[in-house]
Amino acid sequence: MRLLTHNMLSSNIKGVTNGFPLRIEAEKVVEKQVDLNIDFLKNMFPKIEWKALVSASRTMGYAELPEEVEPSKLDSEEFLRKFHHALLELHLEEGALVCPETGRRFPVSKGIPNMLLHEDEV
Amino acid sequence: MKLKHLESLLGRLQQFSNPKVELEQYPTGPHIASRMLYTAENSFGDVSDKVVADFGCGCGTLGVAAALLGAEHVIGIDVDPESLELASLNAEELELDIDYIHCNIKNLGLRAEVVDTVVMNPPFGTKKKGADMDFLSVALKVASQAVYSLHKTSTRNHVKRAALQHLNASSAEVICELRYDLPQMYMFHKKREVDIAVDLWRFVPQSRI
Ligand SMILES: C[S@@+](CC[C@H](N)C(=O)[O-])C[C@H]1O[C@@H](n2cnc3c(N)ncnc32)[C@H](O)[C@@H]1O
Repeated sequence: MRLLTHNMLSSNIKGVTNGFPLRIEAEKVVEKQVDLNIDFLKNMFPKIEWKALVSASRTMGYAELPEEVEPSKLDSEEFLRKFHHALLELHLEEGALVCPETGRRFPVSKGIPNMLLHEDEV
Repeated sequence: MKLKHLESLLGRLQQFSNPKVELEQYPTGPHIASRMLYTAENSFGDVSDKVVADFGCGCGTLGVAAALLGAEHVIGIDVDPESLELASLNAEELELDIDYIHCNIKNLGLRAEVVDTVVMNPPFGTKKKGADMDFLSVALKVASQAVYSLHKTSTRNHVKRAALQHLNASSAEVICELRYDLPQMYMFHKKREVDIAVDLWRFVPQSRI
């Protein structure tokens, strides 16, 4: 699972008001190379929850993203390459996603998070 | 990519080996899947460089077609783990990088705004009434640009009314009518396969701004 997916996924357990962002427990991270698409990144940037991406990428062992970004950064290819790497090239292969409110763990196996809810959670 | 080429690549995908009837697991064939995504891309520009989600991805055909047509990020979602495993293998076979999520569409927590386009062949509701409309309701909340979906032609008026009046669609158009081979276990007929008429729809969600 890429961090772009992580950036939109939340815990939807009944009663939870703030299920985003899911905390990551990383047991295995893999990298897969993707071609750089600058227009895509520029278009995506305003839709990204930046803090969630920064902390998710750190948990995955990548600490190059700055905490704060001024819009002018989008003209820097160096910055875009880092954003690209964090968003599209890092994959959580094994581990878990944890609901920030309840601590409920959603296991991730072979890159696939299991977000199925139990009967008493819906 | 030409339509013929897309269709032949999709023809190489593996389909459900033990379809679960209660989940309405019938494959979206290469003929329909290729036309669906080809139209979305070439008539509306809803695929290449976009974020595309495939709801009830099953063997993964629609998401794979989106990735082949240049979608930047594809997410396939299904409630059945065996389908997801098969879909992953299919993507790998074609060297495509697709994310999969194991989830019931009804309980999906996916933030609006990031996904541009949802593509889906929902359960038609022959086993669980209303299943297709549950999918459509969530799809119209998640997609920011368009939803492509298949529904039985016999439900056309109902789908249109529900989409426009209750599900937040600003437009709902039938793009074309197709023939769908439904395995006989879903029908009350004796023939082995029954071809039914289905509509390919394009829905546009209301802008949330
Ligand atoms: C008609 S099949 C879709 C076939 C798929 N497009 C393909 O290419 O093989 C419907 C799919 O929806 C899935 N499904 C049924 N109910 C679901 C639900 N509530 N949430 C998520 N997936 C569901 C089934 O497991 C099945 O794979």
